[in-house]
Amino acid sequence: MRYPWWRLLLFVCVASVPCYWLYLATAAALGPDPGKVLVDNLGQGALILLLCSLAMTPLRSLTGWSGWIVFRRQLGLWALGYAVLHLIAYLYFLLGLDFSGFAAELVDRPYIAVGAIALLGLSVLAATSTRWSMRKLGKRWKKLHRVVFPTLLVVLLHMLWVVRSDAGRWSLYASIAAVLLIARIPAVQRGLAEVHAKWRRAAISKKPENNR
Amino acid sequence: MLIKTPRRSDCLESEVTPETLYLNRRRFMQGAAFSAAATGLPAIAQADSARYANVEPSDAPAWFDKKLSQAKWEAITVKDEAITPFPDATHYNNFYEFGPDKGDPARHAQQLVTEPWVVTVDGEVAKPGKYSIEDLVSEAALEERIYRLRCVEAWSMVIPWLGVPLAEVIRRLEPTGSAKYVRFETLVRPDQMPGVRTGFSLIDWPYVEGLRMDEAMHPLSLMAVGMYGRVLPEQNGAPLRLVVPWKYGFKSIKSIVRISFVSEQPATTWQTMAPQEYGFYANVNPDVSHPRWSQARERRLPGSLFSPNVRKTEMFNGYADEVSGLYAGMDLKKDY
Repeated sequence: MRYPWWRLLLFVCVASVPCYWLYLATAAALGPDPGKVLVDNLGQGALILLLCSLAMTPLRSLTGWSGWIVFRRQLGLWALGYAVLHLIAYLYFLLGLDFSGFAAELVDRPYIAVGAIALLGLSVLAATSTRWSMRKLGKRWKKLHRVVFPTLLVVLLHMLWVVRSDAGRWSLYASIAAVLLIARIPAVQRGLAEVHAKWRRAAISKKPENNR
Repeated sequence: MLIKTPRRSDCLESEVTPETLYLNRRRFMQGAAFSAAATGLPAIAQADSARYANVEPSDAPAWFDKKLSQAKWEAITVKDEAITPFPDATHYNNFYEFGPDKGDPARHAQQLVTEPWVVTVDGEVAKPGKYSIEDLVSEAALEERIYRLRCVEAWSMVIPWLGVPLAEVIRRLEPTGSAKYVRFETLVRPDQMPGVRTGFSLIDWPYVEGLRMDEAMHPLSLMAVGMYGRVLPEQNGAPLRLVVPWKYGFKSIKSIVRISFVSEQPATTWQTMAPQEYGFYANVNPDVSHPRWSQARERRLPGSLFSPNVRKTEMFNGYADEVSGLYAGMDLKKDY
């Protein structure tokens, strides 16, 4: 396993955030509606982690450090983890565990159906994230994991439908998503690699021992 | 329709404030008056905040203090329901002029200058003109009314408002026969309102709300100037706001600067923005869902991690006996 300490650090950081939120909620620091705050935070946290996970490949092209890829899977799995917590928090705090309501909500509310689709997409990606699946699926693995892009769009739609009046934060996430999607266009990918090569050349020529 | 507004004497069974607390308040008031007189300072901030815990003291205009001393306390109460603590009622607000998050109004609304305040009255009315709040509410006695507040976002609170019946304000202005609706407008002052300055809000300022004339004249409709025994905090719609307890909270427009009497149903803010989601009437109705979420239940705030405090939403927010007559013959699924 490469970079075990970096991985552990990432694990501890991402795992501690929901614990901190829980602590704030028990300390009554999240206001009179802590459940709603937790639901919102977990949902946005899942989106941010998904965006981070998608930023790893372009970052590798740009910097040449292969370590980024090591984080990609963990970030993706965390996105699912946050999304599952988001669902549980929704069922507990907003529905009050009234599941008779949930079936009706799933049918009646498009944003909940859309959220369920996004969760399904993340689950498929997580289930096929093991080395065994990668070997088993071979070339098809890469194709399958492109499901992450429509999943991201579905997640953004899910959030847009919840927004009541202010689209500021949503626009921020959507623009980051757009940049990350553009970075996957083959021509852009080549461009990123070139930028990296240029930096390397510049760095090498600057080192005095390389000046001949 | 005849509706009996409970009088002061009807409220003896009320459990909101124990008598000892009430007596304490009197002593507190006398003490405050005495110390103010003794030091020779003008009497300031005689907010009756001792009634409720954790109420931030305020600096009220003189007319308010004068009216407060003759206020009818607990003129209308709720049975067997706890009043939302003051810090929650003042730190969890929708007031998009000050920002989109629930904490934004408490953070930014202190910038709002509420004195002097001018309310323009126009339209189908015999006495149009510019009014101060003191002028508008001068005739009527201040009443404390404890109402449930149900937000369209499926959370709710219980708030002790201070105000005068909207009907008495309207009667004094003498609307003409062609006044079928009342239209209200919120202040727009970008230099004091960060939410108005931002380009991301989808709202077309000013915020506009309206009531049908019979709704406005209903005894439950309140023109509020205070809450929790003091003047309205800025984030709760100072210095003048509407409270219509059987409708979703967004109908109870804040920081009013214009009251217009009109013959046509006014185009109101949320209804114009998303007509399939928010209707003109916006009566609390558990059977008519918001297209994006159910209205059958609500979260009574404050909730906690261990008790989300989810409860069933009542038709007309529990005021059906008083107001359902207003909508006789109407299809409330269509006119939501």
